[in-house]
Amino acid sequence: MSSSEVLLRLEGITKSFGGIVALDNVDFEVNAGEVHALIGENGAGKSTLMKIATGVHAADRGRLVWKGRTVKLQTPRDAHRLGIRMVHQELMLVPPLSIGENIFLGCPPSRRVLLSWVRWNDLHERARQLLRGLGHDLDPRRPVSDLSVAEQQLVEIARALASEAELLILDEPTSPLSERETERLFHTIAHLKARGLSVIYITHRMREIYQIADRVTVLRDGRRVLTAPISETSPEELVRAMVGRELKEYFPQRESRAKGAPILRVEGLTAPGRFHDVTFTLHSGEIVGLAGLVGAGRTELVEALFGAREYTSGKIFIEERPVTIRTPADAIRHGLALVTDDRKAKGLIPTASVHVNIILPIQAHVAHLGFLVNARAEREITERFLRELRVKTPSADHPVMWLSGGNQQKVILARWLAMQPRVFLLDEPTRGIDVGAKMEIYELIRRLAARGAAILLVSSELEEIRHLADRVLVMHRGRIVGELQREEATDERILYLATGGEG
Amino acid sequence: MNRETSPAMTDVGRMLRPELIIPLLRRFGPLLALLVMSSALAVLSPHFLTFENALNVFRQSAINALLALGQLLVIITAGIDLSVGSVLGLCCVLVALLLKAGVPALAAIAATLAIGTALGMTNGLLFTKLRLPHPFIPTLGMMNVARGLALVISGGFPISELPEDFRFWGAGALGGVPMPVIMVLVVYTMFHLFLTRTTIGRDIYAIGGNKQAARLAGIPVDRRLITVYAMSGGLAALGAILLAGRMNSGFPLAGVGAELDAIAAVIIGGASFFGGVGTVWGTLVGALIMGVLRNGLNLLDVSAYWQTTVIGVVIVIAVWVDVLRQRALEHRGASRDL
Repeated sequence: MSSSEVLLRLEGITKSFGGIVALDNVDFEVNAGEVHALIGENGAGKSTLMKIATGVHAADRGRLVWKGRTVKLQTPRDAHRLGIRMVHQELMLVPPLSIGENIFLGCPPSRRVLLSWVRWNDLHERARQLLRGLGHDLDPRRPVSDLSVAEQQLVEIARALASEAELLILDEPTSPLSERETERLFHTIAHLKARGLSVIYITHRMREIYQIADRVTVLRDGRRVLTAPISETSPEELVRAMVGRELKEYFPQRESRAKGAPILRVEGLTAPGRFHDVTFTLHSGEIVGLAGLVGAGRTELVEALFGAREYTSGKIFIEERPVTIRTPADAIRHGLALVTDDRKAKGLIPTASVHVNIILPIQAHVAHLGFLVNARAEREITERFLRELRVKTPSADHPVMWLSGGNQQKVILARWLAMQPRVFLLDEPTRGIDVGAKMEIYELIRRLAARGAAILLVSSELEEIRHLADRVLVMHRGRIVGELQREEATDERILYLATGGEG
Repeated sequence: MNRETSPAMTDVGRMLRPELIIPLLRRFGPLLALLVMSSALAVLSPHFLTFENALNVFRQSAINALLALGQLLVIITAGIDLSVGSVLGLCCVLVALLLKAGVPALAAIAATLAIGTALGMTNGLLFTKLRLPHPFIPTLGMMNVARGLALVISGGFPISELPEDFRFWGAGALGGVPMPVIMVLVVYTMFHLFLTRTTIGRDIYAIGGNKQAARLAGIPVDRRLITVYAMSGGLAALGAILLAGRMNSGFPLAGVGAELDAIAAVIIGGASFFGGVGTVWGTLVGALIMGVLRNGLNLLDVSAYWQTTVIGVVIVIAVWVDVLRQRALEHRGASRDL
């Protein structure tokens, strides 16, 4: 990138919450027309820094310089007025309203005759043009509730453009996206850059940084540890900067082993409109990857296997015996565990303690007479799995909602480990967690397979599937369209099948 | 990073950490409020702090306490039961009719408890099996149906003059302690043990915390919800038995608006409308706060009309305090989830 002018500079930012230092004298700057990646583990201070840049929090010390002038941001509104916009992980759209209405939410084009009258045609036409400018053709009259997550993201970006933003902050925008949607988002970001907009791009994914960023800044424990042009860094260097220690290998090699007896067999499983005629077998000690685009029906399939969704025909066999699974309780009885793709909505009981979150599925087995809580036995189980997974929590009685994302995910894993299941259905088990926790979870998955569990791993990160899975099933539009052995499972092969190419 | 072992944190600092204080406040805040109010009233009125008056407050709070206990179970699951007042009214009429028809007291009591439980169970079945969008709907329906039936069956008139052995349960006393007080303490202890020491009790909290996650953890959510609404109905029937005994009459308009008092007691007692949070003892304190308010204002010769006004203010303050606690908690969460 040309050494263009600095758009936003944060100088010596320090912020603490209740005596805990979240940011310690951090400098950070974005040039005009630059894509600047901001990375770091959960808890490194990325969100706090961005909340200061968008006027949500005020810094204890330090200053903000916008286009060479020192500014004070007291509210998010102040940041909006300057032209700083953030697209959050949880999208902030009004689902029943149309795309156009969402884009111009709060400031629709209007004519003033006594009252402000919305000019609808104008609104939709301008919305259409904005979306086209981003390389997409969407009908602005469609309600947002009809859109995919990727499309909703686009609406958020268009909304930022409508308000004439000059700096866009994207917080892990690709974590809910498939590979193909990710590619499209990158095109959109290229469009933004071409118009001279600046982007701060927060991510956990190493590869994306090298695809789109011009520069990268790494935060660790509230301090800036590195800022450099992308061309002068290596992934190893970045990972090292993030975790502060040497990581031997990101994905240590795993030797293929002979697979054991079949544990879970699925025959012709069908739920119209979701998945069709799905047939496969999982063996003891085997990790099978389930790849596919978002919307291919992978989540629907694993949730049906777990009894959380209905299926209309097909058979499920556990250790060659046919079983009926209508509810998650049935699935648990048959030794299945499901780690869901959405930790917050489908995994955690936020109001409950770490202990209760872990013990829930097995509490009745441990209980006296099947219903009287056996506190001592429960406590032993919880302590054991908290230790095994190295969950960082002050105590087992700590509310789970106060743990970091990575530790929450470990609590969910501990829950299912404690059940000692024969089959693990893992749906995006490392989504939105930091590198350190990710690696521990990879290690755990391998350990579980080595102990003889069968593992079905749903993941949108091809890297993850390629490195962990012994075998890869690829889904496209609700069907399994291909099976690849470990050696044949290249990114290209998987993507080809996942996007509808013939096997 | 591990903030828990941050060297900057002194021992005193550790004791004052929000994650320790907020649960304590949630737990003992209502009790503190009750004690402060009682102390103030004791100063203002010489009659307040007597043993008789204390028992009196407790006795007058008993019916509300029982309804509130059922409401608590429902609110922990993030639901609401609008029908408890009407179920209480219908059960009052039914138990009086059964007694008038010559049914022995214990049999009439058992039958009434069964009917109340069945009405509550109907709420639960309607909510879970018909997949109605919110328990507000079936219980609002039941609120009207039960009240209507109470009026139809009684013709709108109270059914008075009930047998002495029945009236004992609502108006009698054991060793100087009124029966309603004994009943409340026994039933509250039972439900405390149920909620804290059984897996079903824990399931109920989990469902309120996150229904979908609870289901995916293998909890039979529908069955638990039906149980909870059935219990709420059963407790309303128990309230009816005490009320009919005390009034010596089955009155079809008994308990009009009582569901709102019950909800108020639960919320004042520290439970959260969002579910997953709330204790039995907190709810008892909530019911007593309302009782003390009414009693204290009576002793101070404040008109009954004002009492309602004051209770309205207290409800809003109680929930507002809860909001402040939540906000402190979220602030805390924000610093964690950097």
